[in-house]
Amino acid sequence: MSVSVKIPTPLRRVTGGASQVNGAGNTIGELITDLERQFPGMRERLCDETGALRRFVNVFVGDEDIRFLEGLDTVLSDDAQVSIIPAVAGGCGPQTA
Amino acid sequence: MCEFCFAPLEVVYDYERIASEMSRSSIAEGPRSIWRYAPLLPGGEDRVDLGAGMTPLVRAPRLAAELGLRELWLKNDTANPTHSFKDRVVSVALTVARSFGYTTVACASTGNLANAVAAHAAASGLDAYIFIPADLEAGKVVATAIYGPRLIAVKGTYDDVNRLCSEIAGEFEWAFVNVNIRPYYAEGSKSLAFEVVEQLGWQAPDHVIVPIASGSLLTKIKRGLDELVRVGLIDGHSTRISGAQATGCAPVATAFKSGTDHIRPVKPATIAKSLAIGNPADGFYAVRAARETGGAIEDVSDEEVVDGIQLLARTEGIFAETAGGVVIATLRRLCEAGVVRPDERTVALITGDGLKTIEAVTERAHPTMVIPPRLDEFQTQLDLLGEGADA
Repeated sequence: MSVSVKIPTPLRRVTGGASQVNGAGNTIGELITDLERQFPGMRERLCDETGALRRFVNVFVGDEDIRFLEGLDTVLSDDAQVSIIPAVAGGCGPQTA
Repeated sequence: MCEFCFAPLEVVYDYERIASEMSRSSIAEGPRSIWRYAPLLPGGEDRVDLGAGMTPLVRAPRLAAELGLRELWLKNDTANPTHSFKDRVVSVALTVARSFGYTTVACASTGNLANAVAAHAAASGLDAYIFIPADLEAGKVVATAIYGPRLIAVKGTYDDVNRLCSEIAGEFEWAFVNVNIRPYYAEGSKSLAFEVVEQLGWQAPDHVIVPIASGSLLTKIKRGLDELVRVGLIDGHSTRISGAQATGCAPVATAFKSGTDHIRPVKPATIAKSLAIGNPADGFYAVRAARETGGAIEDVSDEEVVDGIQLLARTEGIFAETAGGVVIATLRRLCEAGVVRPDERTVALITGDGLKTIEAVTERAHPTMVIPPRLDEFQTQLDLLGEGADA
């Protein structure tokens, strides 16, 4: 299964500047493995040490957030458009009284 | 954001220096706006300022009696220049954006932010691109377009708009106040905490009830209180911070009640559109802040929201938008559950004006009678109400 993946600006350093790349995989999890093979360092940008998607990373298949689908097990069709989009938080730092 | 994991960055202050320069009297001598707390806000002297802040903190005895509370206060942020608390964050965000050399500002908005960005951009000569869900309340659309920005209505939910703006922000050299300027923007919310404490005679309240959309406001209320301690303006605080959501969009309340900090996104379906963020980026921090302070996060139905708007209006004379209805309805729920205790000095944040969301209450707010201009008709109708001269 070959799909097109949109890459956000902060991740383009990993893809050599490309804003759109192709990847292979039957699921999002497999796709990330393939992206890691093509672009070493990609996995740790998207997933934490447990292998789960990072808190501030959103992945969409078409218009749907994969958190509404099957997460990393979401199945991909051949014409799928995958988008990686950072969530933007305001944050609340370690400041304590 | 962090270029590695996309987590938010934080504004850092030199608290020791601020503590030596800032005092209660220096604040009292400052402007009657959020900028009286300038050392604890980002941005320089060249400010984008329509006078946001120093809104009334009013005692609410009649509402307190209804809820069984000893001491309730309302922070009436409908009194801001564009009638919501968003003027605070936008004044900070545009000040920072201009100092960075940006000439165009932008935002994704559920309405209140759109109003505030459009007005502040107009007053400072900045170009503005404002993205809103196409189904927004008419009042919020008009009260944005009137200032003359580029107003883009997107056919989708706020989360769709936000996603689009994240993509646009990567392509254009614009200051997106709640995307690439967000860490600065969010800091403006702290001014609500600063003002409440100052207006209570430099005492922190026991409990604050805060509406939750992205979760940023709630987390910044805590940060604001913590900073007042840090710079020595108050000795300490044990303020409990509770959050309020509408059941039709309650991912943060659900996480809180489930005992997790994992926010599962939802598809919003509520009249409280200003709080309708299904994938709240700061939800994780809001849950943590509520837990750390001994607060709670609760959600209420749309009917309770309208009840809350009416209750606030008829007891205290403040007409709040749906977010205010969410806060009052949640406060009532938390009082009934014993979470907000009768003896606590409690503050509820009323963050937006009811005139922005009249659709929510139109069915319940209409003339008592419609009569021809004749005294006998008026008396007849009054009798029917049981309020005639003999009643």
